[in-house]
Amino acid sequence: MLAMDYRGPYRVRAVQKSTPDIEHPNDAIIRVTRSCICGSDLHLYHGLVPDTRVGTTFGHEFTGVVEEVGSSVQNLKVGDHVLVPFNISCGSCLYCQNQLYGNCHEVNPGATAVGGIYGYSHTAGGYDGGQAEYVRVPFADVGPYKIPHDLDLDDAVLLTDVFPTGYQAAEMGGVKEGDTVIIFGAGPVGIFAAKSAWLLGASRVIVIDQLDYRLEFVKRFAQCEAYNFREMEDPVVFLKKITDWQGADVCIDAVGAEAAGSAMQRLTGVKLKWQAGSAIAVQWAINSVKKGGVVSIVGVYGPTGNLIPLGNAVNKGITIRMNQASVKRHLPRLIEHIQAGRIKPSEIITHKIPLEEVAEAYHIFSSKLDNCIKTILVPPSEMH
Amino acid sequence: MNHEIRTSEVKGWGADKNPLDRPAYPMWHQPEEGTGAHWIEPEKQEMKFTVLKSIERPAMTSAFGTSVPPSGLSGAIRKFAFKYSESSFGHWIPLLIADRVDMVEGVLDDLKHGHIPNVFKEMGLKSEFKYNRKSAIKKTMVGALMLGAVPLLYTYLRRKHARPIN
Repeated sequence: MLAMDYRGPYRVRAVQKSTPDIEHPNDAIIRVTRSCICGSDLHLYHGLVPDTRVGTTFGHEFTGVVEEVGSSVQNLKVGDHVLVPFNISCGSCLYCQNQLYGNCHEVNPGATAVGGIYGYSHTAGGYDGGQAEYVRVPFADVGPYKIPHDLDLDDAVLLTDVFPTGYQAAEMGGVKEGDTVIIFGAGPVGIFAAKSAWLLGASRVIVIDQLDYRLEFVKRFAQCEAYNFREMEDPVVFLKKITDWQGADVCIDAVGAEAAGSAMQRLTGVKLKWQAGSAIAVQWAINSVKKGGVVSIVGVYGPTGNLIPLGNAVNKGITIRMNQASVKRHLPRLIEHIQAGRIKPSEIITHKIPLEEVAEAYHIFSSKLDNCIKTILVPPSEMH
Repeated sequence: MNHEIRTSEVKGWGADKNPLDRPAYPMWHQPEEGTGAHWIEPEKQEMKFTVLKSIERPAMTSAFGTSVPPSGLSGAIRKFAFKYSESSFGHWIPLLIADRVDMVEGVLDDLKHGHIPNVFKEMGLKSEFKYNRKSAIKKTMVGALMLGAVPLLYTYLRRKHARPIN
């Protein structure tokens, strides 16, 4: 089968690999119909995630048709078209039982802090991902979700990670009616976090980024205010000023480890790797939220440590909430929102690229070329 | 500054404004319909090759990935890293080193199989020329100058230090 193949930082290619086998009685083999490149895939692509082995296939956002099922699979049958949450979850550990599917303790031997994620290094379980023609899906009775007939495939694939992650960011922020919400990052997750903040009843939604084309997009898509931090002397002072000098009720970090905006954070976090990524978005979030407010983090960071102003967080009495999205528990509600016409996730897709051209797709997304926001990879069988 | 966006103009505003009726409330919540699992404890996946396990775990997990088992020098470094816990730099720094070693091993493996890696293609640089031509040309020229500078400097130094032949 054709699959993406990681060769080292900034180098990937499409190659022929063996089709995956059933390895566990509750496995399924899925023929991929859509897969995405996620912003967090760029952390792998840039060589920032430890234990990312040459030869791995990335991709944790995908839909597909069930081709084969293991002997104990009961809830899926061959031919079902499913969307597959990025979290691999056993369904029976303490965390899964309580719907914390992103924290499953039974699927990642290499680490205990992080659960299992498709195509996200051996630090997240060593699973191959969905940027391929076929993919192995463990615990097929737990994760995959049958795509309703009236749901567009391009909307469905965005329900595997970005939309639920953006929604959970707003939800973890505890957004209440009348709240002011600031979102750092106008990438796909930030865009969905902005829209979700409105769904939760915010009265004001502000997005901060450095790319004008993304700010223009989020302004249209999520009907929010959007500002470029490159035009500000000090983003925190600017944000205080436009929020009556108090700060926002909720600040969301939707950027993660490669945030721009601080030369020192970039040098120590991205170039020298002395910390687990640049934490400038968290720093701004803590300093821009009002006293007693909430900072919600869905940006992805490495496993070691980061420089953040903990003293300010303590002195302001803020709450910091963070987690990987528990995709499965959000799906029924988010599908309801799509069906009701409140949101059309696929509007964020700017590029549909054949899987064969995966290297170009990564470069375009990584370098923000051609006003790229979200890239979909289409396998050869779906190119028509 | 525009902060005159009326919530009534936002499609879907407040659809989930009741904090008690949100998908992740309460955080710890067992679903009545179950999780899809029909087992108390999942069956164990058969281990067919070396799988590195965190020392913070008492036993192997029920399922694990089968992608790229550890091998070569990078594999040896990874095995060393797994002697340390996830809270130790002794775990993560060797893993990052192993990743870089793995990259070199990947190139050597390609050459061993008669394949010369097309780095230009693997880096997707065609799109750089298509969408960011000016910068791509600039980078190429700087790269070419730097590459060209090495043999030129070498030739110059050789000539300078060459003894005249009588």
